[in-house]
Amino acid sequence: MTERYVYMDHSATTAVDRSVLEAMLPYFSEEFGNPNSLHMWGRKARKAVNEAREKVAALVGADAAEIIFTGGGSEADNLAIKGAAFTRRDKGRHVITTAIEHHAVIDAFHWLEDQGFEVTILPVDEKAMVRISDLESAIRPDTILVSMMFANNEVGTVQPVAEAAKICNERGILFHVDGVQAAGHMPFNVRDMGIDMLTMSAHKMYGPKGVGGLYIRNGVKIEPIVHGGGQERGLRSGTENTAGIVGFGAAADLALRRLGDGSIEEEVRLRDLLIDSVTSSIEDAYLTGHRTERLPFHASFCIGSLEGESMLLRLDAAGIGASSGSACTSGSLEPSYVLLAMGITHELAHGSLRFSLGKDTAREDIVYVAEKLKKIVADLRALSPLWENRG
Amino acid sequence: MYTEKVMELFMNPKNAGRMEDPDGVGEVGNPRCGDIMKIYIKVKDDRIVDISFETFGCASAIASSSMVTEMVKGLTLDEALAISNKDVVNALGGLPPQKIHCSLLAEEGIQAAIEDYRAKRKAGVEAKP
Repeated sequence: MTERYVYMDHSATTAVDRSVLEAMLPYFSEEFGNPNSLHMWGRKARKAVNEAREKVAALVGADAAEIIFTGGGSEADNLAIKGAAFTRRDKGRHVITTAIEHHAVIDAFHWLEDQGFEVTILPVDEKAMVRISDLESAIRPDTILVSMMFANNEVGTVQPVAEAAKICNERGILFHVDGVQAAGHMPFNVRDMGIDMLTMSAHKMYGPKGVGGLYIRNGVKIEPIVHGGGQERGLRSGTENTAGIVGFGAAADLALRRLGDGSIEEEVRLRDLLIDSVTSSIEDAYLTGHRTERLPFHASFCIGSLEGESMLLRLDAAGIGASSGSACTSGSLEPSYVLLAMGITHELAHGSLRFSLGKDTAREDIVYVAEKLKKIVADLRALSPLWENRG
Repeated sequence: MYTEKVMELFMNPKNAGRMEDPDGVGEVGNPRCGDIMKIYIKVKDDRIVDISFETFGCASAIASSSMVTEMVKGLTLDEALAISNKDVVNALGGLPPQKIHCSLLAEEGIQAAIEDYRAKRKAGVEAKP
């Protein structure tokens, strides 16, 4: 038995909030209707889906008609990228993304490459930030789409999205943002920022898994990737996941409240406490990503002379859930491509750790994690030949 | 993902740590790939009388190091050389397929330490007038 259980992997997924679960429950057995049916059962379900759409739209400053529900963030990314590229393929064949995107984006771009599109992948600096000048110089007359994540899942860095949007808007290039990590955790307005398409995911903000959303600015046309009954304005056929969508709506409501009640500011204080504790009490431990331009709930590190999986399992044994981008956790021999793109050496990248805080994380949890990590690092370094021979 | 035996040895590894005055040292692996295993041996009458390891790597690398050091302790050098990575995997109750290379490091680490011992001994004999 451990002293505490501390889940610090909210970038991976969050627990469904009690209020969200309660909102969802009636839509399994009682209000089970198909939202596309004309009768009372169908109308009740339709009403619930419409209300959820308004809540999700309100979270990012969009109109309800601009939100498409999907089966998750990855699907929304694929719809945005493939749908936009195929709609615009007669205007040009050049598409741009960044070196640190989630696989749902990177792999969609690689697929486009197989279909005859030309892909430019923008590098990042040592803090995982895309340089706007790199974007400007990558743009060509035949560029039709740019996709850039709002904030990175592994190292937390928030990208200069508004500046990138401005450049794309001025040139008539569609601008997609993967906002899976940021939506619901940082206040922003898609219209003010000039975002054409934004991906969101319910389960990263205390909603259920298997539901995502894509904001598509009014007037932007894209091709669907799922064809069928024509639901979601023809962009995502398939009977709506009513309970899941209702849950997403309730989660968006909760997120909007948290953005305004000081919760995020407290999260930032706890995050900074963890960053300061780890980097000051553990020798050869470095923050990865940007110090201030980062997700409010995200603290990520590289610990010298150690390997991530061994730290994760020792943390797990101490009741702490975290994650790592080491090779041993990815199932390949290469450590995280995000860390390598930042110029971090293979050796150091193997020792990566990510702690992502949640709405129920307490100060005592931070203190506990920092103490346990310090002890685990010391114990494992006593085993590490690299630590002994460090220059 | 890991067997109980792997987790037990990972949490409480046997024969861990650096050795003072070893008779042979073998270091295998590559920090770039995320694992290095260093094996220290003391040899008396052609037998491994003491052994320890230092390992940078994942749980299976640490458990494999611990297991192999226990398996070869007390064996003659030739007996120790006959221990294969399969023997280590079996003694651990199995390893996930992508972790089999950790058991290979254990086999190679022992071989490297014995080779180092034999090379030093040979050099020592030749150096004598």
